[in-house]
Amino acid sequence: MIFHDILIVGGGLAGLRAAIEASLAKKDVALVSKIHPVRSHSGAAQGGINAALGNNEQAKDDTPEKHGFDTIKGSDYLADQEASIMMTQAGPEVIFEMEHWGCPFSRTKEGKVAQRPFGGAGYPRTCYGADKTGHYLLQTLYEQSVRHNVKFYEEWMVIALVKENDTCCGVIALDLRSGELVAMGANAVIFATGGSGRMYGNTTNALTSTCLGVAMPYWAGVPLKDTEFIQFHPTSLYPNNILMTEGCRGEGGILVNKDGERFMKKYAEKAMELAPRDIVSRSVTTEILEGRGFEDAYVYLDLRHLGKAKIMERLPGIREITLDFIGLDPIEKPIPIQPGMHYTMGGIDTDIDGQSPLKGFYAAGECACVSVHGANRLGGNSLLETVVFGKRAGAKAAEYVKNLPKTPKTFALESALKKEGKNLKELLSSNGKENPYKLNLELRKLMPEKAGIFRTEKGMAEGLSQIKALKERLNKCRPISSSKRYNYDKVWMLELKGNLDVAEVVLAGALARKESRGSHSRRDFPQRDDVNWLKHTLATYTPEGPKFSYKDVQITKYKPEERKY
Amino acid sequence: MAEFKILRYDPDKDKKPYFQTFTFQEEKGMTVLEGLYYILENLDGSLAFRSSCRAAVCGSCAIHVNGIYNLACRVQIEKLKGKVVLRPLAHLPILKDLVVDLKPFFDNYRAIKPYLVPKNEPPEKEYFQSAEERKKVDPWIDCILCAACYGSCPVAASDPKYLGPHALMKSLRFVDDSRDGIAKDRIAFVANDFGVFRCHTIFNCQKVCPKNLDPTNAIAKLKMKAVLKKF
Repeated sequence: MIFHDILIVGGGLAGLRAAIEASLAKKDVALVSKIHPVRSHSGAAQGGINAALGNNEQAKDDTPEKHGFDTIKGSDYLADQEASIMMTQAGPEVIFEMEHWGCPFSRTKEGKVAQRPFGGAGYPRTCYGADKTGHYLLQTLYEQSVRHNVKFYEEWMVIALVKENDTCCGVIALDLRSGELVAMGANAVIFATGGSGRMYGNTTNALTSTCLGVAMPYWAGVPLKDTEFIQFHPTSLYPNNILMTEGCRGEGGILVNKDGERFMKKYAEKAMELAPRDIVSRSVTTEILEGRGFEDAYVYLDLRHLGKAKIMERLPGIREITLDFIGLDPIEKPIPIQPGMHYTMGGIDTDIDGQSPLKGFYAAGECACVSVHGANRLGGNSLLETVVFGKRAGAKAAEYVKNLPKTPKTFALESALKKEGKNLKELLSSNGKENPYKLNLELRKLMPEKAGIFRTEKGMAEGLSQIKALKERLNKCRPISSSKRYNYDKVWMLELKGNLDVAEVVLAGALARKESRGSHSRRDFPQRDDVNWLKHTLATYTPEGPKFSYKDVQITKYKPEERKY
Repeated sequence: MAEFKILRYDPDKDKKPYFQTFTFQEEKGMTVLEGLYYILENLDGSLAFRSSCRAAVCGSCAIHVNGIYNLACRVQIEKLKGKVVLRPLAHLPILKDLVVDLKPFFDNYRAIKPYLVPKNEPPEKEYFQSAEERKKVDPWIDCILCAACYGSCPVAASDPKYLGPHALMKSLRFVDDSRDGIAKDRIAFVANDFGVFRCHTIFNCQKVCPKNLDPTNAIAKLKMKAVLKKF
C-alpha cells in the first residue's frame, strides 16, 4: 500500500510551498493533484503579492503593521487580528525567499522588487512581475519542487479523506490514467485544493476550481468556516468573466459608465477605483442595475490614457487576453467588464499553522480559512497567504509526523477503499434522464442570483430550496460513461456532488447571517451588526444539511470601526 | 451547425486510433474547448481531453486544431467556419483520445536543471537586479509548458533524446538571469547533438507558440554562446 509521511493534495502555490517545506525538513512527502502542478489556477493570478518592503518611492514609511491594519480594516473586522498581523509580518521574508529562488519580479530603478498600488492599501506594496505574477511564482515553486525531488502523483484525483480514531490517516484517490481507486496512507494530509468558484456561473476561476476540495473534509466532519463570504472581483471580462487584474486600476485604469462618468467618485471619494473589492463590485453592480451600464451588463475599464508603452510593459497579459478572447486591443478601446465571482474567503477551519480540528489534517491557501481575510480579502493578499501558510502547514506537519510509525493504517484505509468503491458505483449506476451538466448549469445560474453581490432573505431561501431539489435530481442522472481511462464524465459527476453540498453551506450560512459585512451584503439588513454578528460561522455536515455554530473573532489591536475609503 | 472531427483512441478497446465526427448547434462566441465540453456533456461522456483555466494561461489544452497546434480555449469555432479537426499533440504516446503522455516532455525539462542555481549567497533582502538585467529574461519567462512547440517539432518527432524547444528556452532563461551562477555548465549541457545543435531551425515552435514566444531565437542565441564561448 502507498504510504508517505505527508501527503499534500493540490499542486498550486500553497501545495507546492508546503511540499518544499516538508522536503527541506527531510520528510517523505508526496503531492497528489488531479492536474499537473503547472496547470494549477495559482498561475492565473495576475496583479501581484503584497508585502511591506517599502521599495516604491511612495512607500518609504510602509510597515508590516500598516499592512496588517489595512488587511483587518479591509476584512470589515472579521479577520482574526493576530493571524492577519502574523501573515503581513511574514510578507517580506517570503518575498525575498521567492526572489532568491529565481522568481522574475519586475524591478525598480534601483534594482529592487517593484511594487504597485492595489485596492484598500495605504501604500503601493503589491510586488509584481508584469501582470503575470501568479505564473512566475508558480513556475518558481515548481522549479524548486523539481530541485528538491518532490514525488508527484499527477492526475490522481483525491475523492475522500480517511480517518481512524478521529485522526486522519490518508486519502482515497482516483488514478485518472488507469481509472483505479487507490488507498494512500499518510501520517499527515495537507489540503491545498484552491478555490470553489465553479459553483458560480460568472466566475473568474478555472474549470478545475470546483468545491470537492472543501467538500471532502466537510463530509469527514471538519467544519467549514465563514463560507458565506464570497468575493466578487470588480473587473472580469465581459462576457466570459476572465480576470482583468486589479493591477489595471493600480496602474491608473479608470471605471466609466454609459454616460462617460467616472462613477467611483460617488462611492469611494478618496480611494476611487482602488477601494476594496467588495465596495467597487457593489458600485459597478449598482451602476448596471440603475441603468447606467452598457446592455444592462457591463461598464468600461479604460486603460487608453496609460499609453502603449506602459500597457505593453506592465499589463501585457491583459492585452493578450482581450485580443485572444474578444478581439479588442486595450491600447485603442476600453475593456467591457463586470464583477465576477473570484474568491472564497471562507473554507476549511484552520489555525495559523494550517491545523484543522481533525488531528493529522491540515489545509492551506484558498481552500482554508485561518481567518486572515475575514469578510473581504484585499487584492494581493491571496498569493501572500498561499506561500506564508503553505510554508507553515508544511513545517507543522513535518513536526507532527516526526515520531509517528511509518506504517499505513491498513484496516481503515482498506475499509474506506471498499466503501468509496461502493459509493462510486452507486453514484455512477443511475439510469435516469437528468443530464448532470444541466444540473451544474442550473446551480451555477442560481448562485450569482441568490448568493450574489446583493442578497435578500427571500432570494436565499429560494436558492436553498432550489439546491435541495437539485440534490434530489442527482440520483436520477443519465448513465455515466463506464470507460476506465481519463473518464471525465465520472470526474464531473463527483465534482457536482461537492458543488451542491458546498453551495448549500454558502447559502444557508448567508441566510443565517442577518447583517451586511464585507462581501456579504444584504438588502434587508444593510448595516454591520457588531453586537450580534462579530463572529465566525462554523458549518458542520449532517445528512440533512449544515449545522451551524459560531466562534469569536480575535480582536486584539484594532477596535472595529466603520470603514471609509 | 459545427462539425467536430476528433481523433479517438481508447487502448482498452481500440486497436488503433480513428476519427469520429460529431455535429451540434454551436453558440455564438463558442471556443473549440467549449465545443469539446458540449460533446462530453451531451453526446459522448467517454471523450477525453485536458483543460483547466480556459483563459490561455495554464497550458492544459494544447492540441492540433485544423492543421496547427494551439490551445483549444483560444480558438473560436466561428473562425474555423464551423469545421473543426482535432488531433492530440504529435509523437507523444496517446493515453486516450486527445490526452497524451507528457512524460518525455517533462523529463527533458527536468534534465536541464530548471531552477536557479545562485551565483552568490542570498543577501538579507532581494538580489540586486537592474531593470536592464531583468529585461534580458523577459522573452523567455512566459512559457506555460503547453507542449505545442514540442508537438510541432519534426526533430523531436524523430529523436526523443532531443531536449526540445521548451527545455532549451528554459535553459536560456537561467543563462540570461543575472542571479544564476552556472551559465557555463548550462551551455556545456546543451551544446551537443541532443541539444542546440540538433535543432534544424525549422521555425515551427516559433510559429505555433500560443504565447507568441520565440524558442527558435532562444536556441539560436544558445548556439551562438556555445560557439563563441561567450558566457
